[in-house]
Amino acid sequence: MLTYILRRFATAIPTLFVIVTLSFFLMRLAPGGPFDLEQPLEAKVMENLRRIYQLDQPLHAQYLTYLGALLRGDFGPSFYFRDFSIAELFAQGLPVSMRLGASALLLALTIGGPLGALAAFRQNGGADHAVMGFATAGITIPNFVVAPVLQIVFGLSLAWLPVGGWNGGAFRNTVLPIMTLALPQIAVIARMTRAAMIETLRANHIRTLRAQGLSGATIALHAGRGAALPVISYLGPAAASLLTGSVVVETIFGIPGIGRYFVEGALNRDYTLVMGTVVVVAIFVLVFNLVVDILYALLDPRVRLD
Amino acid sequence: MSEAVPLPAPPAGRTLWQDARIRLLRNRAAVASLVVLALMTLICSFGPWFTGHPYDRVYQDYVRVPASLSAYPKAEALPAAVQRIASRIRATSSEITVEAQEVRLVLTAQRPIDQRLLVYFDRSDQFGTPRLLASEQDGRRLALAVPIKRQHFLLGTDSNGRDLLTRTLVAGRVSLAIGLLATGVALVIGVVYGATAGYLGGRIDMVMMRIVDVLYSLPFIFLVILLVVFFGRNFILMFLAVGAIEWLDMARIVRGQTLSIKRQDYVLAAEALGVSTGGILKRHVIPNTLGPVIVYVTLLVPKVILLESFLSFLGLGVQEPMTSWGVLISDGARAIQATPWMLVFPAVFLVTTLFALNFLGDGLRDALDPRDR
Repeated sequence: MLTYILRRFATAIPTLFVIVTLSFFLMRLAPGGPFDLEQPLEAKVMENLRRIYQLDQPLHAQYLTYLGALLRGDFGPSFYFRDFSIAELFAQGLPVSMRLGASALLLALTIGGPLGALAAFRQNGGADHAVMGFATAGITIPNFVVAPVLQIVFGLSLAWLPVGGWNGGAFRNTVLPIMTLALPQIAVIARMTRAAMIETLRANHIRTLRAQGLSGATIALHAGRGAALPVISYLGPAAASLLTGSVVVETIFGIPGIGRYFVEGALNRDYTLVMGTVVVVAIFVLVFNLVVDILYALLDPRVRLD
Repeated sequence: MSEAVPLPAPPAGRTLWQDARIRLLRNRAAVASLVVLALMTLICSFGPWFTGHPYDRVYQDYVRVPASLSAYPKAEALPAAVQRIASRIRATSSEITVEAQEVRLVLTAQRPIDQRLLVYFDRSDQFGTPRLLASEQDGRRLALAVPIKRQHFLLGTDSNGRDLLTRTLVAGRVSLAIGLLATGVALVIGVVYGATAGYLGGRIDMVMMRIVDVLYSLPFIFLVILLVVFFGRNFILMFLAVGAIEWLDMARIVRGQTLSIKRQDYVLAAEALGVSTGGILKRHVIPNTLGPVIVYVTLLVPKVILLESFLSFLGLGVQEPMTSWGVLISDGARAIQATPWMLVFPAVFLVTTLFALNFLGDGLRDALDPRDR
């Protein structure tokens, strides 16, 4: 197991390298620079700024500098948030985004899984149609519609919860963002669980259980193990994107996470910020894909890691 | 001699597509979705010509009026409107009586009223050209009959006073066109790429799929925002480019299908007969991958429409005065408390379309799934 994990990390490094290289040059291809303001800076000031940030050097030299810094774990200074380094920005924002994302994922699993299983057991029945209708709604209604509606209902009409803000991570402030994040995930997980469960319920070992007259709960438990596989392979990328924050949710609820950094960084040509975000997201994706593979091997004895 | 007895016709087999059509037509949700989509396309394509308002016409007197089946201006709002115009003419209005087609009123002022100023009635969106009934006291007292301009705003107006129904329909055109355009691009690239990789196999396949893997691991938002930066606000170009990103899944699906198809006997036979690689791909491989591809396409269209609305929410999408469902929804979401109809109506259009596309996709998947027969 340990050698497998180490080997996976070793193969991840070239992938990461390709991603970093590609995004570095793609970002630099984009017209404009980090110091292009509406009113152009004086030529001398611009020259000085470019020298300080080493933007006056040839591109390949900048690339090597960045790569060298990255290897030492240094993400560099932010071009847009002038007083912060990228590492400081992530140290503040990442825990916030991760907490929201993890809570939303947990909520989505505990609601979506059982809903999907229920729909599968009652296939083509009323409960099935209700769950599938809800799931389709969850996928189709964009989160920037869900969020304001939740704000109006729970924040203003009922006045149970604050409309926005982080407030040091108070529980009351996290409820609405978590609900907004979780809703589409609940929908997807319910759909996938239902499809996988229907497939599993037709399998021979389940038929044997039925023939032995075992209770529904026992059958559900056995079928759940098989049905969990496709859901888990979906959860890998989903977890990575949830934990690294959502632009829409963080903007609407005014949450200091890292989801906004992608958009802000790319639009302001904050090269280091974009690169930092790319690297962080890529690492999350690689790690969660690894976790998925390990879980797969634990759940399905036919899968061998070595 | 007896006449030749005609042989009984061989039992007509059903092709995959006939079978799929029958199964699809039996699925009520899918049929309903087809009808909804056809209707939506029709009203979005032709509706804007029949609403009576251009999509970019600003009605200054009707900013943020709520949806209403009866015509504007409302009778109870007329006296105030008349008074506003009267004060611009520097006169006071009195004896206002509202009739079916016109308003009768009397304007009085300290000095004789300049009749050219009556054009203010014309300029407003609510009245036509006033008729002078009587001029008394050397023109200091004018009796007028002003015809009322009746207009319908079935879904209300937006915060600039533009008709929301027209805008929603025009937005539908844009959103649907973008969805189809980007999906079309993704379809062409994905199918050709995937079929080629799968059919040629070996090292070429490996290299081609490695490229897909690398593109896959680049964060999607990053690519999209870069495209916005590159192509500026030209959304046609941008969505060609979005289509050029979305082909990755398509390529994987088609490659998987191709791998199993190329071992079939009819492909081997075609190879033995010396059909060229391109010919085999065109005649045998691509048509047989279409089932899963069609399903994926119906699910990709809503995905692209959602992506467009997401970009519009960030302010990177379609630019004013053109509009799309995403633009309307993000405008509505910002003003949800004061003017909820600005969110509700575009959202209903968008969600209905996406619902129908999703149900249709599910229905097609069930209809084309050979295991379910």
